[in-house]
Amino acid sequence: MTDKPHKPVHLAAHFPGVNNTTVWSDPASGSQIDFASFAHLARTAERGLFDFFFLAEGLRLREHLGRIHDLDVVGRPDTFTVLNALAGVTGKLGLAGTINSTYNEPFELAEQFASLDHLSGGRAAWNVVTSSDAFTGENFRRGGYLEHGQRYRRAAETVEVTRALWDSWAADSLVVDRQAGIFAREVPETRHRGAQFDIAARFVLPPSPQGHPVLLQAGDSDDGREFGAATADAIFTGHGTLEDGQRFYTDVKGRLAKYGRSPDELKIFPAATFVLGETEAEAQERARHIRLQQVGPQTAIAFLEQVWGRDLSGYDPDGPLPDVEPADNPDITRGRVRHAKDPRAVAEAWRARAEAERLSIRELIIEVTARQQFVGTPALIAEQIDTYVQSDAADGFILVPHLTPHGLDEFVDRVVPELQERGSFRTEYTGTTLRDHLGLRHPHHRSTAREGAKAS
Amino acid sequence: MTRPDFFLAVELAGTGAHPASWRRDDSRAEDLFTGRYWVDAIVAAENAGLDAVFLPDSFGVQPSGPGATRGRLDAVSIAARVAAATHGIGLVPQAPVTHTEPFHLAKAIQSLDFATLGRAGWEVTVSEGAEQARAFGRKRAQDAAALWHEADEAIEVVTRLWDSWEDDAEIRDLPTGRFVDRDKLHYIDFAGDNFAVKGPSITPRSPQGQSIVAVRADGVEDADVAARRADLIRISAGDLDAARARRTELRAALAATGRDPDAVHVLLDLDIHLADSVDAAADELRTLDSWADSLVASAPSLLRHIGTAGTLRAALEAVATAEAADGVVLRPLAIPAALRRLSFLERKSLSPGTLRTRLGLPRPASRYATSTEGTPS
Ligand SMILES: Cc1cc2nc3c(=O)[nH]c(=O)nc-3n(C[C@H](O)[C@H](O)[C@H](O)COP(=O)(O)O)c2cc1C
Repeated sequence: MTDKPHKPVHLAAHFPGVNNTTVWSDPASGSQIDFASFAHLARTAERGLFDFFFLAEGLRLREHLGRIHDLDVVGRPDTFTVLNALAGVTGKLGLAGTINSTYNEPFELAEQFASLDHLSGGRAAWNVVTSSDAFTGENFRRGGYLEHGQRYRRAAETVEVTRALWDSWAADSLVVDRQAGIFAREVPETRHRGAQFDIAARFVLPPSPQGHPVLLQAGDSDDGREFGAATADAIFTGHGTLEDGQRFYTDVKGRLAKYGRSPDELKIFPAATFVLGETEAEAQERARHIRLQQVGPQTAIAFLEQVWGRDLSGYDPDGPLPDVEPADNPDITRGRVRHAKDPRAVAEAWRARAEAERLSIRELIIEVTARQQFVGTPALIAEQIDTYVQSDAADGFILVPHLTPHGLDEFVDRVVPELQERGSFRTEYTGTTLRDHLGLRHPHHRSTAREGAKAS
Repeated sequence: MTRPDFFLAVELAGTGAHPASWRRDDSRAEDLFTGRYWVDAIVAAENAGLDAVFLPDSFGVQPSGPGATRGRLDAVSIAARVAAATHGIGLVPQAPVTHTEPFHLAKAIQSLDFATLGRAGWEVTVSEGAEQARAFGRKRAQDAAALWHEADEAIEVVTRLWDSWEDDAEIRDLPTGRFVDRDKLHYIDFAGDNFAVKGPSITPRSPQGQSIVAVRADGVEDADVAARRADLIRISAGDLDAARARRTELRAALAATGRDPDAVHVLLDLDIHLADSVDAAADELRTLDSWADSLVASAPSLLRHIGTAGTLRAALEAVATAEAADGVVLRPLAIPAALRRLSFLERKSLSPGTLRTRLGLPRPASRYATSTEGTPS
């Protein structure tokens, strides 16, 4: 590894979202919806010289046992509106929004992302997600459901059309010659006829300062990874441990060559949570306390119900696991990605573990659901992050604080300087666009031999 | 007048309502697609004491031709971009409903209302013609009746979604571990002729509860929707008599639908060009027209005022005295030239507050609210 060039670490800030990672019961937990909360996190990320701010998306309130899930944070804003407003309170920070490709139309998406990219001076990114259960579809005109393979075909075509629109004005389209009376050159019509869309349009905006928005992708299936390798500038992933991360990293980067792309044209960003302490022991103690807040008694039961597929509200969270058998009930929770595992096998394994380690329901759930990724002193966390990046488990991380809006403050104050000390993190922004921060080339400067990718 | 304050807004279209406005030296045409341009313009409008800014939008690119500007930023995005730089002015972007999902629109305006602490409005528009329909490729061009029927449904969906969270739905109740009271979140279960939407919104109820809805009443179909649903009705007219007649009609239509005509403001478009003297303004307009060639240079059928800030002040007083409108939407033919001079209107400066408050409208309770204050639920 010594002959490898030292890689820069990339960091992004995830606004704490609607799942039990976000602790709302802490007295320090602020509003999840006031703009001031978004502004604080974004300004903190910019103070820490992060690459970008990140917003997830979910287009229907989650339900559990047929009712709106009420234990976790509920409610979030419109992605475009918040990111544009944040462009007004930051100057360099990238602004990444998760936007579904199933319940949006390419022309409008192209216009909205191009607007954000212009209004932010070239700082926009689109995390293309495909989630499209019929449940979410009930909020939209197209309604219905797209089966898994179809979703990625629609996603690929959506991105293809969107890009064609973004690129439709020539780079030198804006003339603004007052004497000659020419504002812009002729805008050519973009035509697309594919399995998903039949469109003919003149786009409304010239290319932005970074060409067009950065593209992120966040699906994990084979289809999803292939889509990412073919089209994305970065991937947001849940593969955050060292070995798992390395496997994912190797797999996805290995897919790039067949699209004529080099490994550094696609950055890998696992999500990561963190807990800091003055000492190792203090960090562990804080982490334990946070886990208890994240998995309250009712949340523990709700997790169990997801596996058991039935109402378990009669069980004591501090007591043993239920002895009834799980029912196969894929609709028990709706509006979140479901783990397609055999519930009986999971229940069996959990019972065995609870028995062996003498764990109550709540203790078991704390053990088996995601724990914090990086726990320790600032120096230790900086070292771990750097190690992950240098050993190709990631190019950087999208950090998920557990507190809104101050959850990132300490990281920026304490860990960022350690990373800088190690020579792994920037000490100032060297560019103005998100592409600059990510070390990505301008999209018009890369090979554009992308024929044959059309859907039949 | 029934109201103490005459509502004064400005509509900012590109470099100005005149198609050749970009050719003026002071147009800042190079900056048209930057955040800075829009922040400067809207902050100037706010500093001049204007109550609101309207931002036009369309999915169609402007027709080509000698002289015209082309290209346009999304209006809701512009409004969001300037939110943090402004403190008192209402922000009313146009957003068309013909091809857009009402669910997305609802949360976009709610989020604008959060970002502005209650200064958001929405001017409802439709996308006419085959060109925009082909840009989406999912339906054919519709006629005015179909477009405004769909808009009517879209407004119903959006305003229901705005109410779908009761104000006190977030409870953070430690003993029960509940972040929200799910009994205060409501499915809207809308099923209409154009779409069905389940709800609730993913966004909590915003500072104004219901943001301000504006609709133009140019024809029959849009006037009907305006009379039933708008807080601000925009009209244009050739002279003050025509405006007064239109306002009288609309007030009758409002009363006929059971609404209080005094709760709705009828706003009259007024194209303006301002310079240091009336002669200079007329000269500058001639120059603009000469650049615009065969383009729709002058729109003589519309009310316009070419003069100074002083003569404009008198013109506005005339509108109020004639009861031709409850307010005016100034449409600068050339934006920087007009904005520079609007401060001489000597409007009192805006205090922070919601757009609703500025319009003298109360904050409505959610239509789904089950419990009233003091009543145990
Ligand atoms: C790390 C990660 C983050 C995701 N974030 C979102 C999100 O914010 N909103 C959303 O609708 N889907 C999100 N998804 C879901 C994906 O878009 C996709 O629908 C899902 O992973 C199923 O596709 P797959 O089988 O390819 O993984 C996310 C997925 C991953 C792996």
